[in-house]
Amino acid sequence: MSELMDSGLMDYDEALERFDPVLGLEVHVELGTVTKMFCGCPTGFGAAPNTQVCPVCLALPGAMPTVNRQAVEYAIKIGLALNCEIAELCRFSRKNYYYPDMPKNYQISQYDEPIAFGGYLDVDVDGETVRIEIERAHMEEDTGKSTHIGGATGRIHGAEYSLLDYNRAGVPLVEIVTKPVTGTGKAAPAVARAYVAALRDLLAALDVSDVRMDQGSLRCDANLSLMEKGAPEFGTRTETKNVNSLRSVERAVRYEITRQAARLAAGQTIKQETRHFDESTGTTAAGRSKETAEDYRYFPEPDLVPVTPEREWVERVRATLPELPWLRRARQQAEWGFTDLEMRDLVAADGVSLVEQTVAAGASPGEARSWWGSYLGQQANNRGVTLAELPISPTQVAAVVSLVNDGKLTAKLARQVVDGVLAGEGEPDQVIAARGLAVVSDDAPLQQAIDDALAAQPDVAEKIRSGKVQAIGAILGAVMKATRGQADAGRVRELVLKTLGVDS
Amino acid sequence: MSADLTRRSAAELASAIASREVSAVEVTRAHLDRIGAVDPDVHAFLHVSDELALAQAAEVDRAFDAGEQSASPLAGVPLALKDIVVQKGVPTTAGSKILEGWLPPYDATITRKLLDAGIVILGKTNMDEFAMGSSTENSAYGPTRNPWDLSKIPGGSGGGSSAALAAFEAPLAIGTDTGGSIRQPASVTGTVGAKPTYGGVSRYGVIALASSLDQPGPCARTVLDTAMLHEVIAGHDPMDATSIPQPVPNVVAAVRRGQADGVAGMKIGVVKQLGGQGYQPGVLSSFRSAVEQLQAAGAEIVEVDCPHFEYGLAAYYLILPSECSSNLARFDAMRYGLRIGDDGTASAEQVMSLTRGAGFGAEVKRRIILGTYALSAGYYDAYYGSAQKVRTLIRQDFEKAYQQADVLISPASPTTAFGIGEKVDDPMAMYLNDLATIPGSLAGIPAMSVPSGIAADTGLPVGLQIMGPALGEERMYRVAAAFEAGYLAEHGTTVPQQIPALEGTAR
Ligand SMILES: [Zn+2]
Repeated sequence: MSELMDSGLMDYDEALERFDPVLGLEVHVELGTVTKMFCGCPTGFGAAPNTQVCPVCLALPGAMPTVNRQAVEYAIKIGLALNCEIAELCRFSRKNYYYPDMPKNYQISQYDEPIAFGGYLDVDVDGETVRIEIERAHMEEDTGKSTHIGGATGRIHGAEYSLLDYNRAGVPLVEIVTKPVTGTGKAAPAVARAYVAALRDLLAALDVSDVRMDQGSLRCDANLSLMEKGAPEFGTRTETKNVNSLRSVERAVRYEITRQAARLAAGQTIKQETRHFDESTGTTAAGRSKETAEDYRYFPEPDLVPVTPEREWVERVRATLPELPWLRRARQQAEWGFTDLEMRDLVAADGVSLVEQTVAAGASPGEARSWWGSYLGQQANNRGVTLAELPISPTQVAAVVSLVNDGKLTAKLARQVVDGVLAGEGEPDQVIAARGLAVVSDDAPLQQAIDDALAAQPDVAEKIRSGKVQAIGAILGAVMKATRGQADAGRVRELVLKTLGVDS
Repeated sequence: MSADLTRRSAAELASAIASREVSAVEVTRAHLDRIGAVDPDVHAFLHVSDELALAQAAEVDRAFDAGEQSASPLAGVPLALKDIVVQKGVPTTAGSKILEGWLPPYDATITRKLLDAGIVILGKTNMDEFAMGSSTENSAYGPTRNPWDLSKIPGGSGGGSSAALAAFEAPLAIGTDTGGSIRQPASVTGTVGAKPTYGGVSRYGVIALASSLDQPGPCARTVLDTAMLHEVIAGHDPMDATSIPQPVPNVVAAVRRGQADGVAGMKIGVVKQLGGQGYQPGVLSSFRSAVEQLQAAGAEIVEVDCPHFEYGLAAYYLILPSECSSNLARFDAMRYGLRIGDDGTASAEQVMSLTRGAGFGAEVKRRIILGTYALSAGYYDAYYGSAQKVRTLIRQDFEKAYQQADVLISPASPTTAFGIGEKVDDPMAMYLNDLATIPGSLAGIPAMSVPSGIAADTGLPVGLQIMGPALGEERMYRVAAAFEAGYLAEHGTTVPQQIPALEGTAR
């Protein structure tokens, strides 16, 4: 029915004139522990289906969980880094609902007693710091994975049959939930993206997860509601799932703003529901309706005793916290000598760690920034991918830089070499060899080209000889043309002057 | 010879095997023969592991013959394992159709401990489905009969284990006690059964009914045998998060002390609330003579008041269904057990629903529905929340009582064994069987049943419940052993020796 009553989308700016968006972000992060949350099975990604399972994570009759202390420590670490309080006593609870990829048909999670609560994360959005309040961070276990075969959408609806892989069942998760984020206005999509990016960087720095959004080790559910300007209460929210990249976070929020605004403007209501983001169309579609409000019948997990992290343990963990990404960034900016604007652009383009690695591989900070910030940035844009997704490594960029500095490549040739690497033609050396791009540094062929050019333009030669050195441009152009741009212009100039007996 | 072996105690069999007077294989074969002869009438077993048991016994014999150090004081003694405890490769059903044909790929911790101790597992015993019941009539595989009178129930849920002991099919058995499933069957079959302190014996591999209440424990025909088995299965287990990190209690030494020194100087509390209305006259008079016997032996008898016990049954029937509604959710036809309706057209949800509809019995469904309701949003505080408060109050009642007495006693069950079919249509009457045992379950204290005699009104055995404080197993066993010895001294016989001969008609 909602499809029939689809009221389309409202222009974004118009939507923001009438409504204030309220964001809520739930991020699930798979912890990088060696073993699962409640059993000793390994957690590695990509193993053959149902090979990383045991009686506990398959929920065989009689099996019961025990808590992975490493996972608790990681959760404490995340809580501390998010400026949260760490509970002195917290409990696991059972969240009861039936789904075939959840072996026990309940998920062991935390309900009213999370391990960490009441924190915040400061996020930089276009040069302004936005404080995102953290409601809680709690521990839970992942479900298995269903693959729906047949049917058009890859979703369970319409599928012929489904395959279950329980390798992921019981992998430790921490869910980080924000308080409602208000007052961001037009920046809401950018704030959502910046928050997830900052959280990702933080978790990577903490070394608690490999935070791969593409592999699902970092998953974001974006809650969004609109309230009429000046309204006293939040509107009804939707929860958008399947938001698997930073770009998708931004697009999904933006789409929901325009969709909800159109419905509200048309006098329709927003249904509290789960929606799925479609990466290819940039739209969201209704999923499971929450009108038949699921009652999870939470109650304290009787197979486990409360978790009571001793204060000394918490302080030991606090002492291991690494330099936080934003502090690190400030330090890097100073070390690299970048302006605020340069640094901000780099952060926005998600290029900080790429520059860092390129510098580590031998390039100067300015050279590294110039490559990632301009030419490679354009390439990424053209391809619709992130900088990190470009098929070129910081080491390769540093190698190209070094070739330029050694005079073996001109700036123009260097771009061609990079194009070759991006096209999958191999390492810079291989591209140079295959495309014949090396600077012509041997004087013999240059001299030949110069002699030819001078012979072809005796009037120009005479001008130069008589002291009008600025006329050399015509000769340089001819030589560069003859060498297909592979000559070093400086060297050519030297040789021309030498040939004509003019002091340079 | 064979009949003689099955009437011996586990302690006697163990020393006869260790001294090579008899072989473990002979002992095992004698019990398998007995099962073959009487079990068609009693129906204590759901599965008999003849070959496995004989192979295990042969290994014990080989080790003894080779002069290897004996694995344990019970090496070579046969045991009946309640079908709720998983044993690798041996059918385990928990008395339910939904697990028919399932072969566990792993051993429970207690199974492993039994095998490591050289105890020979004869097979799996019948029980109320998922341990829900007090008569074993809720088994999906038919009722077990009480060897004292085959028309009577053997108690429940562990009626298979208690009947196997009373029928001399095994000298040892494992039970599990959630609200009385070890103690009440022991009581109505004239055998001994102990529920350890919650967390004293690992639950890993014991199919869960109500996780916060379930506790496996030892069963036998004598207090000493029970204590010996207790020491084999107890102890901390890292696979069970609720397992207590404490050393195994010295209950065998406590039994010897009770046999030698009696109860002189001990304070024994009689719980005011556990007796009177709802208790059968024959049970009450047997209990009174037990109190007199303990008093005559030098114990000081005090009456203790536990005012919140009267809410125990109500609290129990909220907590148990709540937990079991969640614990039993895993039986969904996806990974093991029964699967109904999987014809290629039904959805996973339909298959789950059909399987659970067909695989669970009426009592199981009743409790799942009750528990689902009790945990529902809006009802949680009134039901589950209030029940937890009652639980705390009952625990406090016990704490106060143990300031006045070393152990507490009561009848283990309000009645002697009732007739098969008598209460099947009245769940409330069935639930009342656990009136005396539920408070101890809610508090997690150790409690056991020892035979106190034969009821004058029915001629059937009566159980005396002895309850210790948390981790107070040693004084509980001391009193039990002293009482058993006193009964023998006074009557010249024990209660199990009065079990009528069952001359089976093997079919
Ligand atoms: Zn596992």
